[in-house]
Amino acid sequence: MENIFLANAWLILALPFAAFLGIVAFTLGHKRLSGYLTIAGVGGAFLVSVGVLAAVTAGGSVHLSFPWYVLGETHFELGLLIDPLTAIMLIVVTGVSLVVQIYSQGYMHGDPGYSRYFAFMALFTTSMLGLVLAPNFLQLYIFWELVGLCSYLLIGFWYRKPEAAAAAKKAFITTRLGDLGLLIGILLLYWNTGTFSFGGIAQVIAGHTLPEGLITTAAVLVFCGAVGKSAQFPLHVWLPDAMEGPTPVSALIHAATMVAAGVYLVARVFEIFSASPTAMLVVAVIGAITAFLAASMGLVMTDIKRVMAYSTISQLGYMMLALGVGSYLGGVTHLANHAFFKALLFLGAGSVIHATGAQDMDEFSGLGSKMKITAGTLLVGSLSLAGIFPFSGFWSKDEILAGALQRTDNPLLVFLGLVGVLVAGMTAFYIARMWLRTFTGEFRTPAPAGAHGGGHGSHEGHGSVHESPWVMTVPLIALAIPALLSGLLGSDLTGQWYGHFLEGAEFHPESLNPLVAGGSTIVTLGGLFLAWATYSKKWISAPAVQRQFSGVHRWLVNKYYLDDLYLWLIRRVVIGGSDAFQWFDLHIVDGVVNGVGRTLAATGSALREFQTGRVQNYGLAFFGGVVIVVVFTVFLR
Amino acid sequence: MIFPYLSAIIFIPLVGAVAVAFLPQENRGIIRWVTAGFSFAALTVSLAVFAQFNLSSSSPQFVEKVPWIARFNIQYFVGVDGLSLPLVILTTLLTFLAVVGSWHIDNRAKEYNILLLVLETGILGVFTSLDLLLFFLFWEVELVPMYLLIGIWGGPRREYAAIKFVLYTLAGSAFMLVGILALYFTSNPRTFDMTQLAAASWALNFQMIVFALIFLAFAIKLPMFPFHTWLPDAHVEAPTAVSVLLAGVLLKMGGYGMIRVCFNILPDAAREYAPWLAAIAVINILYGAGLSMVQKDLKKLVAYSSISHMGYVLLGLAALNQVAVNGAVLQMFTHGAITGLLFFLVGAVYEKTHTREIAKMSGLAPRMPTLAALWVMAGLAALGLPGMAGFVAEYTVFVGAFGPWAWYTILGAAGIVVTAGYILWMIERVFFGPANPAQGLAHVGDAKRWYELVPLVTLMGVVLFVGINPSVVVNIINSGVLPVVARLGA
Repeated sequence: MENIFLANAWLILALPFAAFLGIVAFTLGHKRLSGYLTIAGVGGAFLVSVGVLAAVTAGGSVHLSFPWYVLGETHFELGLLIDPLTAIMLIVVTGVSLVVQIYSQGYMHGDPGYSRYFAFMALFTTSMLGLVLAPNFLQLYIFWELVGLCSYLLIGFWYRKPEAAAAAKKAFITTRLGDLGLLIGILLLYWNTGTFSFGGIAQVIAGHTLPEGLITTAAVLVFCGAVGKSAQFPLHVWLPDAMEGPTPVSALIHAATMVAAGVYLVARVFEIFSASPTAMLVVAVIGAITAFLAASMGLVMTDIKRVMAYSTISQLGYMMLALGVGSYLGGVTHLANHAFFKALLFLGAGSVIHATGAQDMDEFSGLGSKMKITAGTLLVGSLSLAGIFPFSGFWSKDEILAGALQRTDNPLLVFLGLVGVLVAGMTAFYIARMWLRTFTGEFRTPAPAGAHGGGHGSHEGHGSVHESPWVMTVPLIALAIPALLSGLLGSDLTGQWYGHFLEGAEFHPESLNPLVAGGSTIVTLGGLFLAWATYSKKWISAPAVQRQFSGVHRWLVNKYYLDDLYLWLIRRVVIGGSDAFQWFDLHIVDGVVNGVGRTLAATGSALREFQTGRVQNYGLAFFGGVVIVVVFTVFLR
Repeated sequence: MIFPYLSAIIFIPLVGAVAVAFLPQENRGIIRWVTAGFSFAALTVSLAVFAQFNLSSSSPQFVEKVPWIARFNIQYFVGVDGLSLPLVILTTLLTFLAVVGSWHIDNRAKEYNILLLVLETGILGVFTSLDLLLFFLFWEVELVPMYLLIGIWGGPRREYAAIKFVLYTLAGSAFMLVGILALYFTSNPRTFDMTQLAAASWALNFQMIVFALIFLAFAIKLPMFPFHTWLPDAHVEAPTAVSVLLAGVLLKMGGYGMIRVCFNILPDAAREYAPWLAAIAVINILYGAGLSMVQKDLKKLVAYSSISHMGYVLLGLAALNQVAVNGAVLQMFTHGAITGLLFFLVGAVYEKTHTREIAKMSGLAPRMPTLAALWVMAGLAALGLPGMAGFVAEYTVFVGAFGPWAWYTILGAAGIVVTAGYILWMIERVFFGPANPAQGLAHVGDAKRWYELVPLVTLMGVVLFVGINPSVVVNIINSGVLPVVARLGA
């Protein structure tokens, strides 16, 4: 702990939190200052995180716990845990957050809730960092819920829009359903290991004293939390709706950081999962299903942010698939790479929305000529997402697919790997479709849809589309650098630094598998080509394909009718059941009470006064009765 | 005995009530200040007790014990331990805030303030009595002011609600008295002294019967399903400050009585009944939450949520272990603060909108930003968000209860999802979305006056403080829970 950064790692939490407090206490009326405070707080946390990463690379670590409250043998503790996984996450969270805060100054310019926005963003960053730094399940759960709160507050930021308010509520409740599983999993682990601490639980599991069935149950329950937070099937439905929030929020929370918390959680307690092949299989299957379903919906969405949202869900599914097939490295590196390129894609989309006031791709055409930086950086992000060599997405995607396809011990896992290859093609198609429809073709002034709430009315009718201000384009460029290069950290060029750093002694360097890398690249290029042929060359008519497969298309645009199913369940089961409770309460439970009261009143003529509402008579009778009982008992003895 | 702290806390309000009785009816300003002064004095003394409380002792402290009716060995015996002290402070705090929050009540302000003070004495007596008969007397004393407060200052159906409340409580009291007398006549030497009764050993069958008799009164008060239907009626009709006290501290008399009398004196019966209590706890939680979900009246929604939240108290008690019982007692304290806050907020919104019907309100947030922000925070506290007091209590209950009652705990924990549902849905309908111009709510204002803001901000502060630094309260509670759990000793 002699390292100055490790000794002061608590600053990573304290600085953004101080920014939050400062805004709430002092600068709500000073918009610019509020923005600067959050940037300063997050920037400070970023600098400390860089120092921490350097220290951890040199072999340092932090394991710190102190009691929060204690009840006998049960210690409720908080603390800090810094290991390679944490160090990488700290850089991802503070790095992306810093860039997003700078960008937000431009994007949120003129919004009446500007200070509130930056306060919430600072609180979110604090909570996310608290989650990443948690040494035990208690602290993880606390900050897990708090990032959910910030997500709620920021999705519903423009609360006057009914869609935003509804989406915020939907996100909170859906994820809480998953959190219920996580909570039960924590309780189950606590009662069988006697601790909330990750290290302690891993130790007990390593002792092979727990039955595998129990570990499987606990792991699957913990995974429920990850399914909610990381928008995995079947709880993914909240994430597309979350796009009602301001776009920088979507970039930071609903693409780069918070939604990756589920993946982080599985990686953090990987010892629990890897002790149960069944639980691993569940993770892999859910991941693959999610990756495929979300990519398929991404193919047909026309709202630029929704394309990104489904892409995020799909990529999170990829990460789960990686962890499920045992590729810890693939899951974590894809998390990090995805955070940068997806934040870039969202901020780029935000730049387009900011410039045009619209977000439906039907309104876009040829914007590339007007917005060169946005178009260029988005191209980098898109190619990275598609997984084209040498962009960052290529490396981690390859790691994931190789990890799955090498699991010849279980044909199901190989099949899931093949699904992953198919998803790679679909991904390339939908992201190319997005880029081509938005930036290429003939320029046409988009009609603002008014979808971009809050203080952006000024954009309407200003007629000329132009590049966003530098506070927005510089962040795009800053994110394009890791989107292009961060994958190289996993390549031979850096001696596979990622692997050595994350897995340490257990890491066995492997070169690219030419079959996997080549095969997936061919599929990806195929996807890109199809999109190019359809949307640039018009060799294939999109409407004709849509007509041909109208049944499939209807299922996809209606999101497999899952939202409708859930709505039906809520109306019928939750509300319907509650209505039944209400009827039962009024007519049966209270009916009996009133009936007893009426019967008593009617039978006892001495109590007739009661009906006039003179309760004192009843009270008198009661006390008289008590006196009789007392006297009776006393004399009886 | 240096200074009779507890007698001071209990009787300062009563003295205040007498003092107010001598004040001229028409001078409401002086009446209010005097009432506030006396209730603040009681609060101050209770905080002084808090400051001097010895955490390492698990026996009652600040004890005052004088023979009262020697012939029947009835004593004036009061004291506080870790179980009662948090509830005493909660009572003095909420009463003071209730007085402040009632500043705008002009209808018979004098009688109203007198009754609030008498009510406070009754409640404090219940929480500090260590003599069962004294406990019973205070239990009954509280009824009179409550009956009048609801019956005179209440809403349209106030008489029905007030009578229902009183009759229901009296019915429970009758059984409790029989149970108390059974203990008295069976003890040797005959005594109402709770510490002695707890030290004695009783046959199991006897325990089972007496437990049931006494428990019924507490079950009605808590309220436990199916004895809860007086609560929504009483709440909807009661004026704001009375609802605050009703949900904030009166319900806790039920939970407190369960642990202080039933669990402490009759531990073997508690063990026998525990599975039933756990099962009913789950019904309370889910049934109450379900009922909250479909309420059309804002105040009724909060009232039913109390039933749900009291289920966690029952669940914690039913687990019989140190962690869960601590969670249960903490839940009483935190729920008192949170639901007190919620009822103040219901009242504040009603003051502005003159309606409590959720369907008539919409998009109020821009019109009343302060109230909306406090509503959101209080709602999040109620749904158990970390950082707020409710989370610590519920999490502690779950951790403790999962061992003995895994399935009941899972079902109970499912309540947190339903709770999130009805709270956030309500907030969405009331505060978010576009304003509803048809309802004439376009010009309603925010809470700006000091007597509106003081209760809200104070309680929010308590909820956050305990949520972030729970050990201040937990350590006190734990010192009181330890001896009870030792007696329950599984």
